[in-house]
Amino acid sequence: MTLRQTREDARPEIHARPGRFEADAVLGVVAREWILYGQSWRATTFAAVVEPTLYLLCFGFGMGALIGTLAGYSYIDFLGTGIVAVSVMFQSMMPAVINTFIKRRFLHTYEGILATPIDVRELVTGEALWLALRSGVYGCVPLLVAIGFGLRPGPGMLLVPFIAFLAGFAFALFGIWISAVITSVRSMDYVFSGLFTPLFLVAGTFFPLTELPDWVQSAAMVNPLYHAVELIRGVVFGGLAPVTALGHVAVLLAFIVLMWFLAGFQMRRRVVSSGGLPPAPPPSHAATRRRWAPSAARSSRARPPRSR
Amino acid sequence: MGPSDSSAVPALLLRGVVKRFGSLTAVDGLDLDVPQGVVLGLLGPNGAGKSTTMKMLTAQSLADEGEIRILGHEIPAESKWARARMGVVPQHDNLDEELTVEQNLRMFSFLYRVPRRQRREAIGRAMRLAQLGDRGDTLVDDLSGGMRRRLLIVRALLHRPELVLMDEPTVGLDPQVRQDLWGVINALRAEGVTVLMSTHYIEEAERLSDEVALMAAGRVVERGTPADLVAKYAGATVEEYTPGEDGIDALEALIRGHGFTTRRTGTTVSVLRAEELPESLRDRLATPLRRASNLEDVFVTLTGESVE
Repeated sequence: MTLRQTREDARPEIHARPGRFEADAVLGVVAREWILYGQSWRATTFAAVVEPTLYLLCFGFGMGALIGTLAGYSYIDFLGTGIVAVSVMFQSMMPAVINTFIKRRFLHTYEGILATPIDVRELVTGEALWLALRSGVYGCVPLLVAIGFGLRPGPGMLLVPFIAFLAGFAFALFGIWISAVITSVRSMDYVFSGLFTPLFLVAGTFFPLTELPDWVQSAAMVNPLYHAVELIRGVVFGGLAPVTALGHVAVLLAFIVLMWFLAGFQMRRRVVSSGGLPPAPPPSHAATRRRWAPSAARSSRARPPRSR
Repeated sequence: MGPSDSSAVPALLLRGVVKRFGSLTAVDGLDLDVPQGVVLGLLGPNGAGKSTTMKMLTAQSLADEGEIRILGHEIPAESKWARARMGVVPQHDNLDEELTVEQNLRMFSFLYRVPRRQRREAIGRAMRLAQLGDRGDTLVDDLSGGMRRRLLIVRALLHRPELVLMDEPTVGLDPQVRQDLWGVINALRAEGVTVLMSTHYIEEAERLSDEVALMAAGRVVERGTPADLVAKYAGATVEEYTPGEDGIDALEALIRGHGFTTRRTGTTVSVLRAEELPESLRDRLATPLRRASNLEDVFVTLTGESVE
C-alpha cells in the first residue's frame, strides 16, 4: 500500500467554513492532554490529595480548636468547603499560567499544534477545557478529605463536580490569558503575589467576607473564587436560594465569556506574528541582510555572468 | 471542502509576498510557484527569509502584502483547510520528551484528525518510515538526535499530506545523521508528495531537490534544477588557483580582467566556467586543482555569500 493509494481516505474531514470554531479541533487538544496525563497522573493526584489534607490538618485542627464555629458552621466544615474551591483554582489557574507559558515560550508546543488544522481559539478552548475537566474530578478530592475530617455527606455534594468544572474553566481561561500577557518567567512573581494571593484570601475561604472592610467586600464580588466558594458551600450545606445560586453561576459564566475572548485575543497576538517584531529573530538577522542586499540586488538583474 | 482537488492546481503559489518586522523587511516581494509532486529546495543563509516564509505558509505569520495559495486555498483565510492537507516539520524539535515514540505519534494523530479506525495503521506506518518500528515504547528522551528528527518528520505525515513543509529539517545534525534523514525525504518524493524544504546546506538541496530556489534578502533570486543552474552560472568545470608572489588580489584581478567569474575559496581563487579559459591566460597561471562545478559555486556567485 502506498501513501498515494490511501491518502484521500486518511485525510481529515473538515467540513466547516474557514474560520469556524470546530469541536473536533478542541477535542484533539484535549486528547493530547489526556495522553500527557497518562504520564503525569501520579504527581497530579499526589498534589490534589496532599495539599487539601495538609490545609485541613493545619488550619482545621489548629485554627478550628481556637475558633469553634464560624458563620453558623463548625470551622472545619467552613474550611473544608472553601478548600474545595481553592483547590479548583490551584488545579486550573496555576498550570494555565505556568504550563501554557512554558509550552508557548520554550517548548514550541503551540507552534506544532497550530501547524495542524487547529486555530488559536480552539487551542485555547481545548487547553482550558482539559483543565476544567481535571478540576471537576480533582475538586472532589478535598471534599472526600473533608468528609474524612468530619464533614457530613449530603446529596447536594453531587453538584460539586459541576461547580468545580465551571470554576475550573473560568480560572483556566483567566490563567491562559495571563500567560499570554506576561513576557518572562520573572513576571510570574507579580502574578502570584499580586493576583493569586488576594484572589485566594479575599474569597470567603478561610473566614467570612463580612469581617472585611466594605470596599474589600465589594471587590470580592468580581472574584470568581468567591462565587465558587458560595456555590459549593450552598449546595453542600443547603439553604442557597435558587436566585442567589443563579446569580453566582451567571457571574462565573460572564467571567468565562470575557476570559475566553481575552485569552483567545492575547494568545493570537503572541503566536501569530502580524507585524511589529518577529517572534525570535536571529541575533545577526539585520546584519546578515545588510551584507546580502547588494549581492541580491545584483543577481536580481540576473543574467549569466559571462556571455561570450 | 476546498475548491481544489485537481493536480493542475499548484501546491504552492506566492505572488508579491511582503513581510515586514518594524523597519526590517524579512520577505520582500516573494514570488514562488511549486507544482504538485515537486521537491523544491529553498536555499539561502540565515536571514534570507526562509523561516518567515515557512511561518506565513502555516498562517503563524501574516503577510503584509501579496497573495498566498496552498493547494488552491487562500492563506490565511482558508489556512485550516490547507493545514489539513499538509504536514509541517518545524525547525525546533518540539517533541514531548517525557512521552514515548508511539504516544507522540498518537497525540498528533488526534490533532490531524486521522480517522479512528486508521489511527493504529497510520502510527505503525510512520514508525516504519522513521525506522523506529521497534521503538514504539521508547521515551523520546532516550532517542538519538537522528531518531528524534526522523520522528519529527514522520509525525507530520500521519494524515498522508499532499504537501510537506520542512523548515531546516537537518539543521545541527551530524553529516551521517543528515544522510539518514535524506532517505525519508526521498521516500516522500517516490510517493509523489510535494515537498518544500528550506535549508542552508548546499549538498542537501542539490541531492534531494528536483528544483532549487535560491533565496536572498527576502526574495527568490534564481530558480531551476540544480544541473541547469550549475550549467548556466558555473559551466562544467571550476579550477582553483593558488596565488603566486603577486598575491591573491592580483590573481583575481587578472582572471576577472578576462571576463571570468571568480570566487575566493580559502587561500585559492576558483574560476567558474574554467573550460573556457584561453590558453594565453592559462599559460600565465600555475597548475590548478580542477573539479566539477557545483551548486555552491552558483550560490556564491549569485549572492556573494558562502553557505555550508
